[in-house]
Amino acid sequence: MKRRLLLLLPLAGFLLLSGFLYLGLSLDPFHRDSALLAREFPAFELSTLEDPEAVVDESLFQGEVTLVNVWGEWCPTCKQEMPQLLSLAERGVRLVGVDYKDTRAKGREFLEEFGNPFEVNIFDPEGDLGFELGVYGAPETFLVDSDGIIRYHHTGYIKPEDVEQTILPEVRKWQ
Amino acid sequence: MAVIRRGLALLALLLVVGLVLGAVEVREFDDPVLEQRYRDLTASLRCPKCENQAIDDSNSPVAADMRERVYTLLQDGRSDIEIRNHMVNRFGDYVLYNPRLEGRTWLLWGLPGALVVVGGVVVMLIVRSRRQASVRQLSADERARLDALIKRERTE
Repeated sequence: MKRRLLLLLPLAGFLLLSGFLYLGLSLDPFHRDSALLAREFPAFELSTLEDPEAVVDESLFQGEVTLVNVWGEWCPTCKQEMPQLLSLAERGVRLVGVDYKDTRAKGREFLEEFGNPFEVNIFDPEGDLGFELGVYGAPETFLVDSDGIIRYHHTGYIKPEDVEQTILPEVRKWQ
Repeated sequence: MAVIRRGLALLALLLVVGLVLGAVEVREFDDPVLEQRYRDLTASLRCPKCENQAIDDSNSPVAADMRERVYTLLQDGRSDIEIRNHMVNRFGDYVLYNPRLEGRTWLLWGLPGALVVVGGVVVMLIVRSRRQASVRQLSADERARLDALIKRERTE
């Protein structure tokens, strides 16, 4: 009888592997956690989109929970995302933009056309800050807590339902 | 004539576009060792934007930025490990084609070896039990007859 049970071993192995692969089917290969989670927002020193003379750095994120959105005029999804960001700003979430690999003129044009939910926009024409943040395609959104630590990362488009379902709960969690 | 000329111009334009699209920038190295390291590094770092391409043959903007950074860090005299860590700190473990051996990856690295060992043990057990079984299956009578036969064979 004991030996008979041994014959079930390959079947058990097969089932284990099937279960493993089945779980893999429901995974999104594009989803992966940011390497910066639970780390400080990277140091930077850049001017703002609004004022070429004004210099901002990472101290921008001290004292208040902030949603940092990386966007660019060249990015079509960013345009679709703006209504969601505007509604988040209306609900009292502090938003800071990173105008990524853009020109000043185009960035300003974008905000005039699609609205400006951002308290301030960090102007990152070379994508240096984007690189430090591990951005590999706009839009990307980071939640930074009041100590300047990155707590949440959303890659890609924020869908209208994401506002209520994921973004707002995350913001409240860290407020 | 004008048509042909226009056609040729279009063809030339297409060729130029093709060249520009296919271009992964050319880099100058004074040191062939550095150049080889650059090649190895860009071939072993995975592009975070594209599903399965190394940064050395990807046209995605982030891959170009990463190549640029690898180049600058190499010129800075940084080691391969430092450069890999630099990328992992920003883009995550995803960018390494060869995951590092650490707490989280022991299963990944250890499982194939463990399976080979388990398989070897199983084969050994089977072989041993078969050998014992074939010896045991002879009854006392059979054994006596076998001995007699062997003896006859030898004496003849």
